[in-house]
Amino acid sequence: MTVNPMTAQEVTEKILNNDQLFILDVRNEDAFQDWKIEGKGITYLNIPYFDLLDGVEEILDQLPSDQDILVVCAKEGSSIMVADMLSEEKRDVYYLQGGMKAWSEYLEPVKVADLNDGGELYQFVRIGKGCLSYMVISNGEAAIIDATRMTDAYVAFAENKGAKVVHIFDTHLHADHISGGRKLAAQTGATYWLPPKDAAEVTFDYAPLEDQEIVKVGDTNITIHAIYSPGHTIGSTSFVIDEQYLLSGDILFIDSIGRPDLAGKAEDWVQDLRDTLYTRYKELSDELIVLPAHFMTIDELNDDGTVSERLDTLFKNNHGLNIENEEEFRKMVTENLPPQPNAYQEIREMNMGKTNPSDEDQREMEIGPNRCAVR
Amino acid sequence: MNSTKVLDAKGLACPMPIVKTKKEMKELETGDILEIHATDKGAKSDLAAWAKSGGHEFLKDEEENDVLKFWIQKG
Repeated sequence: MTVNPMTAQEVTEKILNNDQLFILDVRNEDAFQDWKIEGKGITYLNIPYFDLLDGVEEILDQLPSDQDILVVCAKEGSSIMVADMLSEEKRDVYYLQGGMKAWSEYLEPVKVADLNDGGELYQFVRIGKGCLSYMVISNGEAAIIDATRMTDAYVAFAENKGAKVVHIFDTHLHADHISGGRKLAAQTGATYWLPPKDAAEVTFDYAPLEDQEIVKVGDTNITIHAIYSPGHTIGSTSFVIDEQYLLSGDILFIDSIGRPDLAGKAEDWVQDLRDTLYTRYKELSDELIVLPAHFMTIDELNDDGTVSERLDTLFKNNHGLNIENEEEFRKMVTENLPPQPNAYQEIREMNMGKTNPSDEDQREMEIGPNRCAVR
Repeated sequence: MNSTKVLDAKGLACPMPIVKTKKEMKELETGDILEIHATDKGAKSDLAAWAKSGGHEFLKDEEENDVLKFWIQKG
């Protein structure tokens, strides 16, 4: 029987369509518990590949015959081995091409909206890691916000749209993933903007992004309006795009809020976080559509694959925006926090330009989910 | 540490370090120590988990010039 590769893009399509998919994850149990492919139609069996070296007969009756079976491992090698064994037992199976590494790196561009005067706004969903980045395209120019290190994907996308990348922004100094900002700026010649309060230790040149700064994309009316909104980091800055879309960075998510501890200053930044969420954001228009820099669970994806929600809806439904008592709020964001993202200190150092790890090391540093939120 | 045998699994990608380890282990007696050299970063957590599930003891690991070294005692 046949063994076929399934790409990260094909898996993403299945997830967005809510298709049924059976995943035989052959990584070790800790790796599986920590981080896996998620989707509404997915069912799992986790048996490490090293328990299957003598044969797969014992698990055959646990595999469904009425849906696709995808064998998944870290890099692909073990999943191919297990898939071959299953094929010898007369089962048709797929393996995940490039393994969880490829899954972590795949970006799915989804159109959020047409903007005024012919502009477009895209959300790049890094579905394996829950990171969201953005591209604004207007009249032959493009701006990219919170780029991942897979910079070629953005460059190719912009080229395909006939746009030149002119501005690159990071809402804050990221701790969960490696920013593609610096590399993209070098690749495209675009200006790389960073909030100066987060960039105190960076080793490279950047354009300081100050509160109320307005940057135009194309020569139309698409504006990117910076709003200082500290709390997750001291420099965290949100953007209002085209007066309709609020890019909230790691401050406000769909069903959670940013954690203030990843730079080691939770207690210092609690009040900033509170002020941003309960005062600064309250002063913004209720009708803004919030576009965060992360999603936490696959349930946060809308039917069209985007992750977005109106600000007034979040004020009603997001638990983190509905804690009256300041002490209770302080406790929530400083105590019982989820584990920190993998290698978050090394990632911060690299994003400051202090280190220059190999591509392989960068992949290892980014393994696992993003974990930037508290709920 | 007094290794009974050294297995060179450098340059091999998953699943080969474990496939070879398992094969070598079969040849050893209970109490013998197998020393494994590998370069695949995933080897550490997988060898530890494999040793546990197979009743062997994962004694220790070291990293030296990008080479990961492991000592596993046959159970």
